[in-house]
Amino acid sequence: MPQNPPQQARIITDKVAEGITRVEELAYELKIEEVMTREIKALTPEMQMIDVLDLFRQERISGAPVVVDGQLIGVVSIEDLIRLMRHGNLEDEVRESMTTKVITVRPTDSVVDALKIFVNVNVGRLPVLDVDGKLVGIITKGDITRGLLGALQRDYQAEELIRYRASHLFEDIVSDRTTLVLRYKIKPHDFNNGGTASSHIKRALLRLGASPQIARRCGIASYESEMNLIIHATHGGTIRVDIEPHQISMEAYDDGPGIKDIHCAMQPGYSTAPEEIREQGFGAGMGLTNIQRYVDEMKLESSVERGTNLRMKIYLTDTDVFGEPNKT
Amino acid sequence: MNIEELVKIIDGKVMTPGVSLDREIKGGCGADLMSDVLASIQPDAVLLTGLCNPQVVRTAMMADVSAIVIVRGKTPPPATIKLAIDENIPIIQTPYGMFELCGRLFNHGLPSLEKTIPDGLCECE
Repeated sequence: MPQNPPQQARIITDKVAEGITRVEELAYELKIEEVMTREIKALTPEMQMIDVLDLFRQERISGAPVVVDGQLIGVVSIEDLIRLMRHGNLEDEVRESMTTKVITVRPTDSVVDALKIFVNVNVGRLPVLDVDGKLVGIITKGDITRGLLGALQRDYQAEELIRYRASHLFEDIVSDRTTLVLRYKIKPHDFNNGGTASSHIKRALLRLGASPQIARRCGIASYESEMNLIIHATHGGTIRVDIEPHQISMEAYDDGPGIKDIHCAMQPGYSTAPEEIREQGFGAGMGLTNIQRYVDEMKLESSVERGTNLRMKIYLTDTDVFGEPNKT
Repeated sequence: MNIEELVKIIDGKVMTPGVSLDREIKGGCGADLMSDVLASIQPDAVLLTGLCNPQVVRTAMMADVSAIVIVRGKTPPPATIKLAIDENIPIIQTPYGMFELCGRLFNHGLPSLEKTIPDGLCECE
C-alpha cells in the first residue's frame, strides 16, 4: 500500500529564516495540484516490460505508475528496466518487476512537501493521490521547477501589468488638459515616517512610465520638502503633485510658522533647525539649495501670518512625456 | 563590483535577510549628512555612512543607491532594517571606520560617485 514518509520535524531558527527567498516562499504557497502533470502515461500490470521500454523511449519519460481501475498499485522506473536488462527478462510482466512500496503525496500538499521527499529519498517522481486514493497526477522535479518559474513570472507580470495600465492613463483619457493630482498629509515632527510620501510619489511616477531620471529628481525634491515640513511646520503640511503629460508640478505648503528671512533661507548652509535634527543627518541648510538643483523652476513664498508655500516644476522633454504611444 | 565582492572586502555582515544582492555597484559615496548625499550622489552607488536611522534608507531609495554600508560596527535599529527590507535595499555592517573603508574600496578600484557641484550647475539642463 502506498504510504507517506514520517514527517521530519525541522525547527526554523533565525539563522535559517534569514536565508529564505521568494522561491522558497513560493514552494510553501504553491500546491502540488498546481504544478503536477495530469495527463498520466499509466501502465497495466499485464504489460510486458519490453513495451514499457518502448513507451518510455517514445514519450521521453523515465518512470510511470501502474494502475488498475484508477487505483495505484506500483511504479516502474528506468532503474527497474536497467536491473531487468542485466539480470532478468524483458518479456516479464510489469506486475513482477514494478516497485510496490511507493511514496505518494496529496494534491493539496505544498510543493515543499514533495521537495523534502525528493531531497531525502532517491526517487524521480511521486504519484499524487486524492482523498479516495485515486491517482490524479504525477509530480517530478521538472514539474516543480516549471511551476516555480511560472509563479515567479506571474509575480513579475503582476507588477508589469500595474505599470502598463498606469502608463496608458494619459493616452486612454481624452481631455483638453488632463492632470493627475496626488496629495499627501505630512505630520509635524514625524521624523520616523519622513520620506514615506516621497517614496509613494517616486513609485507612482515610475508606474506612470516616468524615466528613472525624472522619478529620481522629483523624489529627491519632494523628499527635501517633506523633511522641511516635518522639521519646521507647526501643524505639518501638505504635498501636492500635479502630473500632466508634459510637466510635473509639486507644491509643499503649511500654515506656519513662516520663514522670517527668505533671502537667508536660500543661502546654502543657513539653517534654523535644532541640534536634534542635525544629529539625524538633516537640517544643515542644504534642503532648498538641493531642491533648486533638481527642479526646473522653484518658487518660495512665505510669511509669518500665512505660512510657507514652495512650488516646484519639472518639465518633461519629448522623450520623457507621459502617454506617448511610441515611448519605450 | 557586485555586492558579494564588497562584503568580502569590508569584512561585512549583511543585515537585511531576503534582500537581493545581485545589484551592481558602480562607485561609492561617503557622508553622514543626508542632504549632502542627495546633492551629490549618482545612481547605483554604495552609500557609506555612520547614520543609522530610517532616513538613510529613504535617502538611498530616492537616490537609487545599490547598497548601504553602516560604518564602525554600529547596529541600525529594527525600524531601519525593516524599511530596508521593504524597499529591497541591502544594509551591510562593517567593523571599519569611514576612512579605512573608503581606502579599502578605492584600492579595489571602486571610483567615487560623489559628483562635485559647482555653483549653478544642475541636472536639469
